[in-house]
Amino acid sequence: MNVDDRRPPITPQLAVRVAILGGVALTLFAVVFFRLWFLQVLSGEQYLVEARENRTRAVRIQAPRGEIVDRNGTLLVSNRQAVVVQLEPQALPDAEIVAAARWGQAMTRRSKRPKGKKGPPAAIPPIPTAELRQRFRRLGRVLGMRPATIQRRAIEQLAVVPYSAVRVRSDVPRAVMSYLKERKERFPGVDVDRVYLRSYPRDTLAAQLLGYVGEISPDELKERRNRKVNPGTIIGKLGIERTYDRYLRGRDGAKVLRVDANGRFSSDRPVRRREPIPGRQLQLSLDLGLQEAGQDAMNAVAGGLPGAFVAMNPVNGEVYAMGSMPTFDPSVFAKPISQAKWAELTAGEGRPLLNRAVAGAYAAGSTFKPITSLAALDAGVITPGQVVEDTGCIKVGDRMKCNAGKVANGGVDLRRALEVSSDVYYYLAGIELFEVGDERLQRWAKALGLGRRTGVDLPEEARGLIPGKRWRAWMNRQERRCRPTNQGRACYVIDIRPYNLGDNANLAVGQGEVGISPLQMAVAYSAIATGGRVPRPHLGLEVQDATGAVVQKIQPGPARKVKIDPAHRDAILDGLARAAQAPSGTSTPVFEGWPHERLPVYGKTGTAQTASGIDQSWYVAYVPHETKPIVIAATVERGGWGADRAAPITCRMLREWFRVGAPCQGGGSNTF
Amino acid sequence: MAGSPIVDPGAERLSRSGPRIAPPGLLRLDPILLLAVLGLGACSLVAIDATTEATLASRQGAFFGIGLAVALLVSQVDYSRLRELKYGVYGLMVALILAVIALGGVTRGSRRAIDAGPVELQTSELGKVLLCLALAAFLVDRSRRLNERDTTARAMLMALFPTALVMIQPDLGSALVYVVIALAALFCAGTSWRHFAGLFALSAAAIAIALVGAPKLGVEVLHDYQADRLTSFLHPSDDPGDAGYQQKQSVIAIGSGERTGRGEEATQTTLKFLPEEHTDFIFAVVGERWGFIGAALVLSLYALLIWRALRILTLAKNLYGAVIAGGIVAMILFQVFVNVGMNVGIMPITGIPLPLLSYGGSSVLTTLLAVGLLQSIHVQARASRKGIRT
Repeated sequence: MNVDDRRPPITPQLAVRVAILGGVALTLFAVVFFRLWFLQVLSGEQYLVEARENRTRAVRIQAPRGEIVDRNGTLLVSNRQAVVVQLEPQALPDAEIVAAARWGQAMTRRSKRPKGKKGPPAAIPPIPTAELRQRFRRLGRVLGMRPATIQRRAIEQLAVVPYSAVRVRSDVPRAVMSYLKERKERFPGVDVDRVYLRSYPRDTLAAQLLGYVGEISPDELKERRNRKVNPGTIIGKLGIERTYDRYLRGRDGAKVLRVDANGRFSSDRPVRRREPIPGRQLQLSLDLGLQEAGQDAMNAVAGGLPGAFVAMNPVNGEVYAMGSMPTFDPSVFAKPISQAKWAELTAGEGRPLLNRAVAGAYAAGSTFKPITSLAALDAGVITPGQVVEDTGCIKVGDRMKCNAGKVANGGVDLRRALEVSSDVYYYLAGIELFEVGDERLQRWAKALGLGRRTGVDLPEEARGLIPGKRWRAWMNRQERRCRPTNQGRACYVIDIRPYNLGDNANLAVGQGEVGISPLQMAVAYSAIATGGRVPRPHLGLEVQDATGAVVQKIQPGPARKVKIDPAHRDAILDGLARAAQAPSGTSTPVFEGWPHERLPVYGKTGTAQTASGIDQSWYVAYVPHETKPIVIAATVERGGWGADRAAPITCRMLREWFRVGAPCQGGGSNTF
Repeated sequence: MAGSPIVDPGAERLSRSGPRIAPPGLLRLDPILLLAVLGLGACSLVAIDATTEATLASRQGAFFGIGLAVALLVSQVDYSRLRELKYGVYGLMVALILAVIALGGVTRGSRRAIDAGPVELQTSELGKVLLCLALAAFLVDRSRRLNERDTTARAMLMALFPTALVMIQPDLGSALVYVVIALAALFCAGTSWRHFAGLFALSAAAIAIALVGAPKLGVEVLHDYQADRLTSFLHPSDDPGDAGYQQKQSVIAIGSGERTGRGEEATQTTLKFLPEEHTDFIFAVVGERWGFIGAALVLSLYALLIWRALRILTLAKNLYGAVIAGGIVAMILFQVFVNVGMNVGIMPITGIPLPLLSYGGSSVLTTLLAVGLLQSIHVQARASRKGIRT
């Protein structure tokens, strides 16, 4: 460090300059202080008035949601204008707004606490003033609501968007609208507005698949897909409405209006205005006629039992029909839905909101046998011509397992085994596949699309389950971890043991812990029918503008390829044809009188044993056709034999699809 | 006081390492400066908690924690060593600003920050302190040639290069801060008045060309919205889309606070009349909620901070420390004045944050780093005085 780097504490020159700097600082502070004094002390009152008056209000101009049409352009979902009753936030006392903000903060804090320590949700604050209680009571009388309910709606909505109108009731009758409009002065701050609500010209048709819409929830606001969505927007919550929300939603417009302290608009001219952009129209691959036939058949044959069906094109994956029973009327979601109603839709026995066609996970019974056949042929444990002696029962491990009704089928080869649905033949195949030891059966099931998502354009699709060694080991680990916390009782599985021969024999006939949805079955049969193309099922076809012109084609993604030996495929299809057409085929009686020479049906029945003790009915059919080939999978919970319920439903759908006049036998009886 | 102009150069070194003088470093900090900073930090947390972005208060608290730790660390290091690293410091600054231009994410039309996981690095903030350090080192090196025009010109070019880069982002506010830092550094180093007069004339000409000449030739120096904001305080507007609208709302917010504030009744800053109320318009939140008392308290804390910084400037053991302190004083003073001025409607909207009060990690960390440097200058000054005395 050199000498001149060190200087005496301060040179005269620096002293002057520091003084100048200090002077500048002093001046600047003085200026700001005086300005503050002027603003807050001298003219504060005037600004306070301005702040109270200064309330602009952004009024949402709702964009009509896009309509949904079927493959022929028939309307499935449209919009209708409805009347809603709203409260102007400007006409509410400040105490109400502040209470709502506090409540919102309390709920936010609660949502940040770790799970289990959240504590009870914050209580809705009481109505702050007697005057407001009086207003709520008066309005409640007209609308048939309790004041407490109006208060809850107000607090919940104000907490999310403080200065937007509070919707008290949607879809009120016109008489109520005119009553309120004529007595405006008796209902201060009550506003009657028109909004678009979803309307369903076909009522319960394809309800789960189409889904429903509703105001975006705070949790949904945080989702990545909703990054650009404003609070208060109506979005798709389920099904197609959710998947294609981006196209259907459109964009709400807005006008910013100035309002005075009493909540009255001080001028009609908006300060700003943005026009709404209507949503796009969506065309589905659904065929309205087939969908209706499916639901009618389901009602007629299964008579209210839960179940589902899927019809799709095995080549390109277009879904022609998809239904789930019991169903519901989606228009209940047009109004705020009550807790009880919601519970009825989502919980309980029927769970109508559940789309069983994609979210159901069932044992598939004998409809699984073609998959076992492929695996066994591929592993070389059977050949198409090899004959096995079926005496009606077989020893699996130390247990006897038998055909349904212990029927002895005698010598059966692959084709015959499929035709008469010999369990013994497939138990044997399952045992031998287990002994090969490379999970060949599980790998084939997965390759054909079981135990994995098919990639259909519905958000609620379940993966299902194909049990195997790894799954069993994982379950055992879970069980070991869980049991001590459950007072030693079983949590998931009763006994902790490795995956064994019996499990594999069960899987070979589609029994056990296996979980398969009708859609997955349809995909697997499509793959076999087309010789190894696993299609990606999809419902969305095109995004269109209001005139129906194509804006964007929806690309479902390519089909997956699986290598299937053509000889194996032919043998299996042969067996399936005999099962539906040969004299002793399991579903032949159902198709009596069907023109098989023109439209050959390849079909397999399934009768799955379930925990309830009542069998589940399954049927999967494939009908090749030059222009409209089809695969249909149908299942009825507690429906009994495959040929009793699921096969007649399938038959009725095929009849509609190919416009065949033949009757479908069965389905009327109640014998299980 | 031992004020002999020529001192044994060994004395200081001795004093620094000698066992005789070893009061703990913390005790040599300027306690009033520390108090002012902690007070402002507390005000910041309370104010942010009162906005609609209340959840960010805890993050701001974390920024303060980290910043204070950094400041404490810096205060215990002899800043004089940074003089040798001036090229490194300058290079780092330029690299940081370029990195933002190259990698930064775009927010509201400008590229100001690098997205680094949970935080956004706004490197133009850090650049302010780095520029201060680099310029001070350059000027002290040339302290015998300060009368030469060449020195002033080079120093200004050193400052204008990063200024231009920041303008490209575009971050007009930070660019102005850079220029102010450069002028303050020159001023404290002792550049002659004639040079300042020349600089003033040149800049007047440059501004005239930028605002009047260039647009006529089709070259835009300022974006439309920038020009709009700069002039909007002259004509407040009712249209929420206009730049003047925000300022009008801010003035109403502060005015409506009156003497003691509206407290929980505050509407202007809690109901989204004011955008960015937790960053650029945090002072309006204080003004509306806690009135003149609150706003005056915050301003007094800033006055305290500036007073202590100026005092440290006079105490500094060498010219390098004095110039750094001068630059930091100017940096903080300018930002406080421009931001508060913008809030009370006497300065244009420039997007300059209020140091230590506005929400934002980069700004808080930078300001606390600057405070750490001030403390280091203070610590060194006291150490060297004790050394002289013994």
